Amino acid sequence: MKGFIIKEFFHIFRDRRSLIILFGMPIVQILLFGFAITNEIRNVNIAVLDKARDEASERIIEKMLASGYFVMNGYLETEDEIEPIFRKGKIKAVVVFGPDLDRNLTAGGIAPVQIIADATDPNTANTIAAYAASIVRDYQADINPNVTLPLETIPEVRMLYNPELKGVFMFIPGTMTVILMLVSAMMTSISIAREKEMGTMEVLLVSPLKPVQVVAGKVLPYILLSSINATVILLLGYFVFRMPMQGSLLALMGTTLLFIITTLSLGIFISTVAQTQQMAMMMSLIGLMLPTIMLSGFVFPIDSMPWPLRVLSNIIPAKWFILILKGLMLKGVSITYLWKEVLILIMMTLALIGISVKKYAIRLA
Amino acid sequence: MTYSDPIISVDKLTKKFGSFTAVNAISFQVMKGEIFGFLGANGAGKTTAMKILIGISRPTSGTATVAGYDIYKQTEQIKKSIGYMSQRFSLYNDLTIKENIEFFGGIYGLTSRQIREKSDALVEKLGLQDKFNRPISDLPLGWKQKLAFSVALLHDPKIIFLDEPTGGVDPVTRRMFWNMIYEAAYRGVTIFVTTHYMDEAEYCNRVSMMVDGKIEALDSPARLKEKFGVNSMNDVFVRLARNQDKAKVQ
Amino acid sequence: MEIRIESISKSFGDVRALVDVTFDVNAGELFGLIGPDGGGKTTLFRILTTLMLPDSGNAVVAGYPISDYQAIRRSVGYMPGRFSLYPDLTVEENLKFFASIFGTTVEKNYELIRDIYVQIEPFRDRRAGALSGGMKQKLALCCALIHRPKVLFLDEPTTGVDPVSRKEFWEMLDRLRQDGMAILVSTAYMDEASLCDRVALIHQGKILTTDTPANITVTFGRPLYAIRTSNVYEVTRDIESYAYARTIYPFGEHLHYTDKREKPDPIELEDFLRGKGHHDIELTAIEPTIEDAFMELAETHSQILTQ
Repeated sequence: MKGFIIKEFFHIFRDRRSLIILFGMPIVQILLFGFAITNEIRNVNIAVLDKARDEASERIIEKMLASGYFVMNGYLETEDEIEPIFRKGKIKAVVVFGPDLDRNLTAGGIAPVQIIADATDPNTANTIAAYAASIVRDYQADINPNVTLPLETIPEVRMLYNPELKGVFMFIPGTMTVILMLVSAMMTSISIAREKEMGTMEVLLVSPLKPVQVVAGKVLPYILLSSINATVILLLGYFVFRMPMQGSLLALMGTTLLFIITTLSLGIFISTVAQTQQMAMMMSLIGLMLPTIMLSGFVFPIDSMPWPLRVLSNIIPAKWFILILKGLMLKGVSITYLWKEVLILIMMTLALIGISVKKYAIRLA
Repeated sequence: MTYSDPIISVDKLTKKFGSFTAVNAISFQVMKGEIFGFLGANGAGKTTAMKILIGISRPTSGTATVAGYDIYKQTEQIKKSIGYMSQRFSLYNDLTIKENIEFFGGIYGLTSRQIREKSDALVEKLGLQDKFNRPISDLPLGWKQKLAFSVALLHDPKIIFLDEPTGGVDPVTRRMFWNMIYEAAYRGVTIFVTTHYMDEAEYCNRVSMMVDGKIEALDSPARLKEKFGVNSMNDVFVRLARNQDKAKVQ
Repeated sequence: MEIRIESISKSFGDVRALVDVTFDVNAGELFGLIGPDGGGKTTLFRILTTLMLPDSGNAVVAGYPISDYQAIRRSVGYMPGRFSLYPDLTVEENLKFFASIFGTTVEKNYELIRDIYVQIEPFRDRRAGALSGGMKQKLALCCALIHRPKVLFLDEPTTGVDPVSRKEFWEMLDRLRQDGMAILVSTAYMDEASLCDRVALIHQGKILTTDTPANITVTFGRPLYAIRTSNVYEVTRDIESYAYARTIYPFGEHLHYTDKREKPDPIELEDFLRGKGHHDIELTAIEPTIEDAFMELAETHSQILTQ
């Protein structure tokens, strides 16, 4: 067993390609996503249709421009001008202040603020809308410090627990999930498939090693490496992107380890089917990476998916892990609130390991 | 039968990869209609040398002509005058006999009429009429090889290069194949066989033996065996390798 | 008896890979399974090493039925047909790894592999992938031997290896047999048959015969002639038209000829060929080789099948 693990480390450290995937890619991806996201929401051109023209509307516009996210492109006079200005394509959003804004806000009523965003790029639109909405809400909170108020803005407000409006916070849990998936599932499945392809699996089978030992020998090194990876990503998130860490660090590490084991068991499952490295890679990329990116809520919000995809998203382990991460890091909730997600991941892992052990061939054919 | 008309002439051909000399100033001639065995262990440089002769690799120095064409300047003409068949890849398994013939005839620039005539003659000769529209994968290995050889001869090449044509093939099929080779040679096609199977060498008119990039012996198998006082080409190789080792020690 | 095979058959779809294979291998015996590629050698090895189940038939390896895969896997050494070591590990690391998965150490069984290992020891820090073909096979043999197996399975260990290394490899097997190990080795090189104690000739999944190499050539059973000529093609064609010709094959530098009659007349054949204008004919009676016997048996078998 010890010999097996040592051998795995030799394989990993002697193969430049796997080293790059293991350690280079996570850092590059995190930095890339992080900075791409922060740049995306900077200097968005907006127009304002101010029917109130009072102190409140002036202050809110000031705050928006001061945030650095928005650039004022001009004032509109009537609603009729909204559509043509969008068509020109330069403006990404129009903020409409209803009459008597000041009074409505101080009275604690519904703020007649409408944010219209160009939804040809729905993600950006969502983010812009949410940023703008939250600035309005901030202002409202400033003038009514003691009241929590419902605030009605037309676009949905998603970044409820991301008060500083940093998109990067959304992406760190997502990217971490994708990277763990890639490293753990793809690398283990490829490394097992490689033994089949090279014929060494034949020799391993004709040895007293039990299947469980072969699999454990393959998996243990990757548990360690994936944990290092997860730690690096979290440190990057914390120090470079100032990601908040609200909840228990212990719970975070525990659940991350759980997810690593889930992805490793996915990798083993793939390797019971794939006979070649190429096949293992294809299956990991198409069968795991794509759904993880598309259906986990990392890129596209699950709520806005058509119902068949929404149902499908439930079998994506990444979805549950992202929920756990957001809960622990951003909301700072206790792990007891996340028991359902944790339980689902545990069940998935057990099922995958069970199927894999059953399917694991003690013979070639 | 005597051979007097050289069709491949190689003079001090050398190929270096960095500081490593894969082919070290080899010189030899292959005569028209001859079956020439180009032997050597894996890594002795024979594949590198063959690649130069078939025009897909440039030598570092030395000269050579193949079918009268210069290996530096006339590689296109060389490629048109030679056929090539390797044990590993010869025909497309998922294409039918007809499709394979059409494809390979096409890449050598045969007209569709020529291809039709040739494939009719070929199929008749091999007795494959009823399999003409079946994929190659349905054929037994022996037939595949015969067909592959015939396809390599489709454009009437002057020289045909065979890479380990019958290694590991069953003895009966192997003989059928050598009969085809003898027939082609009889009709004037020069056969250049590269192989590391020493028993394949026994079938050739003359063989050269490459060790560490150099040609260490070149003669008919009978004379080589006589010279070294052994019974098989295998033992000739063993002797040669031993001499090499001794030379290195000295 | 260390290997006993009884009527093993195995098919893959329509392809009958093994048909009713039966033979035994004794302790201390070097047994050759000889036949061309695609003959079923690898399939039989995989069944005997418990990597595959036969469709029918039984086998006992090292005293255990092949269903008892765990017991067999502890007691046999196996070297598959293709190179099956880790190319990115060094010679020494490979050896240590294979010792560790068998729960032993290199030191414990060093005696057994010493003769072989000393030859590759100078390269022990080199990656296995960078070794020459012969060296790779020696290392693979060391790895298969490191747990001192009772039965050794070597699937085409000398394919693609240069003649010198082949020779050395067989010398090693000879020494191992003297230690009492049962060795089953497969090869497509017919000339290696003579290096075995006994051989089974296998063709298209069927065992043509099982015997000592000497006995197999004896059973060839008819006079064989070697014809030397510089014009192989025309001589072959002309002999095919000779009334008594039974078989005519190219065989290395010669043609091998058998006659339909029990007592052939070589003078008559020479006259016949001279009459066809061949004057450089050398005709000699020779002893058949294993390859001649193989072809004879293979032809007989396929005739039985077609009848």
